[in-house]
Amino acid sequence: MRIAPSKIYLLVFIVGAFVVSYFVPMDQYVREIVLTIGINIILAVSLNLVNGFTGQFSLGHAGFMAIGAYFSAAVTTFWAPRLFGSSVDLTGGVVAPLVFLCALLGGALLAAVAGLVIGIPSLRLRGDYLAIATLGFGEIIRVIIQNTEAVGGSRGFTVTYPYTTLFWGYFFAAITIYVVANLVNSAYGRGFLAVRDDEVAAESIGVNTTKYKVIAFVLAAFFAGIAGGLYAHFKQYLHPDGFNFLKSIEVVVMVIMGGMGSNFGVITAAIFLSVLPEILRFIPQLYERAAGIPLPHLIDDLLKNRMLIYALLLIALMLTRPQGIFGGGWRPAFLFKKKAASADGTIA
Amino acid sequence: MNQFIQQLINGLSLGSIYALIALGYTMVYGVLRFINFAHGDIFMLGAYVGLYAGRTLSSRMHTGPSVLLAICVLAISMIVCAIVGVVIERLAYAPLRNRPRLTVLITAIGVSLFLEYGGQQFLGAGPENFPAILPRYEVLHTATLSITSNQLIVLTVTVALLIALTFIVLKTKLGTAMRALSFNPTAASLMGINNNVVISFTFGLGSALAAAAGILWAVNYPSINPLMGLLPGIKAFVAAVLGGIGNIPGAALGGLILGVTETLVVGYSDRLHIPPSYRDAVAFVVLIVILLFKPSGLLGKAGSEKV
Amino acid sequence: MEPLLDLRDCTMRFGGLTAVSHLSLSIASNDLVGLIGPNGAGKTTVFNIITGIYEPTSGAIDFRGASLIGQRANAIAARGVARTFQNIRLFASLTVYDNVRAAFTMHLRHGITHALWRGKSFDKEEAEIKEKVLETLKIFRLEKLRSVSCKSLSYGDQRRLEIVRALATQPKLLLLDEPAAGMNPREKKDLMELIQFVKEKYQIAVLLVEHDMKVVMGICQRVAVLDYGSKIAEGTPAEVQKNPKVIEAYLGEEAAKA
Repeated sequence: MRIAPSKIYLLVFIVGAFVVSYFVPMDQYVREIVLTIGINIILAVSLNLVNGFTGQFSLGHAGFMAIGAYFSAAVTTFWAPRLFGSSVDLTGGVVAPLVFLCALLGGALLAAVAGLVIGIPSLRLRGDYLAIATLGFGEIIRVIIQNTEAVGGSRGFTVTYPYTTLFWGYFFAAITIYVVANLVNSAYGRGFLAVRDDEVAAESIGVNTTKYKVIAFVLAAFFAGIAGGLYAHFKQYLHPDGFNFLKSIEVVVMVIMGGMGSNFGVITAAIFLSVLPEILRFIPQLYERAAGIPLPHLIDDLLKNRMLIYALLLIALMLTRPQGIFGGGWRPAFLFKKKAASADGTIA
Repeated sequence: MNQFIQQLINGLSLGSIYALIALGYTMVYGVLRFINFAHGDIFMLGAYVGLYAGRTLSSRMHTGPSVLLAICVLAISMIVCAIVGVVIERLAYAPLRNRPRLTVLITAIGVSLFLEYGGQQFLGAGPENFPAILPRYEVLHTATLSITSNQLIVLTVTVALLIALTFIVLKTKLGTAMRALSFNPTAASLMGINNNVVISFTFGLGSALAAAAGILWAVNYPSINPLMGLLPGIKAFVAAVLGGIGNIPGAALGGLILGVTETLVVGYSDRLHIPPSYRDAVAFVVLIVILLFKPSGLLGKAGSEKV
Repeated sequence: MEPLLDLRDCTMRFGGLTAVSHLSLSIASNDLVGLIGPNGAGKTTVFNIITGIYEPTSGAIDFRGASLIGQRANAIAARGVARTFQNIRLFASLTVYDNVRAAFTMHLRHGITHALWRGKSFDKEEAEIKEKVLETLKIFRLEKLRSVSCKSLSYGDQRRLEIVRALATQPKLLLLDEPAAGMNPREKKDLMELIQFVKEKYQIAVLLVEHDMKVVMGICQRVAVLDYGSKIAEGTPAEVQKNPKVIEAYLGEEAAKA
């Protein structure tokens, strides 16, 4: 019985993640960075489906992340304890992961529903208008959360149980990549690319452009919700300001930098941008060690201003290589064997 | 009734500021078909230029708040920001003139972040106190109605600037060139119009208006910070879309309507059962409604793609 | 016999401009009809109302007995109407292979869940599609270029690819919008052969908008002439060529060249 290669990769990856998460000793600091990378991968790859593969510029991704984060946090912090009482240990064992999974999926489904509600009207709009509409919806979600006292509103929400482990983070990252890549790399998936390249031509060959746009949007929202849930049970503190359009822009930067429509590219960009603050933090130390004197205070300050670095990165990127670093569709041949490269010339 | 008039005046005052910013968005969109995400941050820059100008001038001139001081501060701010607007256009947008619109949009986001977080870096992140440059009177103060001189100043300055803008757009060569460009850039350049000059002029004009809005805002709400342009910027953009993006009277109208709506929703929040903290959502709801039902805006014309 | 495509009294108005006026046109399932007229006569608009990009202001359009009015463009394509565009609209970021493969999404038996599960039936269908695509490319001599980005194809090859993509949807009616535009005489000759080959091999009707009279007169059985949105003549190429109204509209020196 022949199993699809991608399914094998997925299985191997998940097992690997399990092993690394529970058996490989790791500095807490490093563990946190690696987990952040995993969550950012989920965000970037899911947004890539909408912005990169379907060509719809969405600026509201943080809103779906927020829905997933807040809903799953509410489930594990309020409802589960109320449901189980003190009879069940919610910090570990068998029940806790089940509760966590249900909370995550619940949050993701809610985010997907929001994606449907927002997507159907918005996806009628083009280009700039779609961007602004999604930005508007993202902000509306944020304001609603800010005004919901039950989840802390503008005081913030402290999440009781830190359920997110490296395993869960990369389990879902692997699934996200699997879903997006396999969906696009099928005959059905060519429809997304057709919608991106030329909607009129796509319709003329029978592609229902609205359906494809909505599907991409809803799927992306689902995975953003998962990322939100993972984030909530990692940082254990949520605030509506952390899900404003600046957060959406952070994810957009990953997609653009990586090259819209290249999963490999956006994953690389996600890794790079997650690690960037740490790199920037080390530069003054390295400089001092190499040059003997500390960095000028101004430069040291500048390096700490993450958003400013982002801004300069964005501008430089757009002026020099707007298609992103891997935007030409290049991907390392060794990862994609045999027929994938030659016969159909598909892009990852 | 008096409460309504009060809210109306507050709303018109707020709306005037939105209108001034919205004009910049709409003019740039009309001429380049591009949303200048960084425009709201020029508003912020205007306030900061005004802050430094105000402090420097008032200590040099040894005067307190006065009309003369205010006019000088306004003029300086408008001129400086006009120049900044032109520089940004030349450095960041002009090289991308022929690239897909998405590329420029993203660059604009980059410029916006640069102004905001660069501002935090170099102008200080904390709120700064805008100096009092204008004497303040109570023009009318009854038990139910209060109109301050500041509000009247906002309305007067806005009207004056709108009149000046209308004159420029309708009666001057550059203004006519702007309108020509918004219809057909190729034809415009074939008629001998230097597109680059007109585009720079448009950016300069829009930025000057945004700077004026920044000063007017700071006069009324003297606590300013580098991120202050975020929300007013987006709301002004909504106002421009509401009026019909690319349409100049539309932007002014949209700004006023949005300002009044926002103020009324907050003012009557108990009757409407909408908590006043939803104030910022008003603009977004308006945006969604407009985009869904009449994306060309109140005064705009629907465009279509030729197949 | 019932016509394949039947336009009855179609009018298309854009605000104050009447692009198409009271047009009636019938196409049988083995016809090769040409639609000609001066620039701005409304020819592409006719295509657009047939394919659902615009809804006609008034009139009826029946295809295989069912009305096309109010149908979405992709639904009309699913019914068997395929088209090419005046300004070639290929999927620029895709290879030649993928441009054609995209046309098979309409007839897929398997959708999202199968793409994700990747079971045996999915693999089977993907293999079937691959075979069909390669076969089609081979017939039209594009097989060697299959992994090439369609942006790097020659103009003539791009036009051919667009026609091949339209054919991949298995249509009953093919609408070609100025396929000979920008071609040199050798390419035009190849195109004429191509169109006739396609019509015979796939048993489809063809409606052709063209400016080049040699092409139109060479392959069309019938020609309809539009001027300012109205049909001013219809008949065999020879008849139309002699029609004084047509000559007045524009044929003039074109006829002398052809």
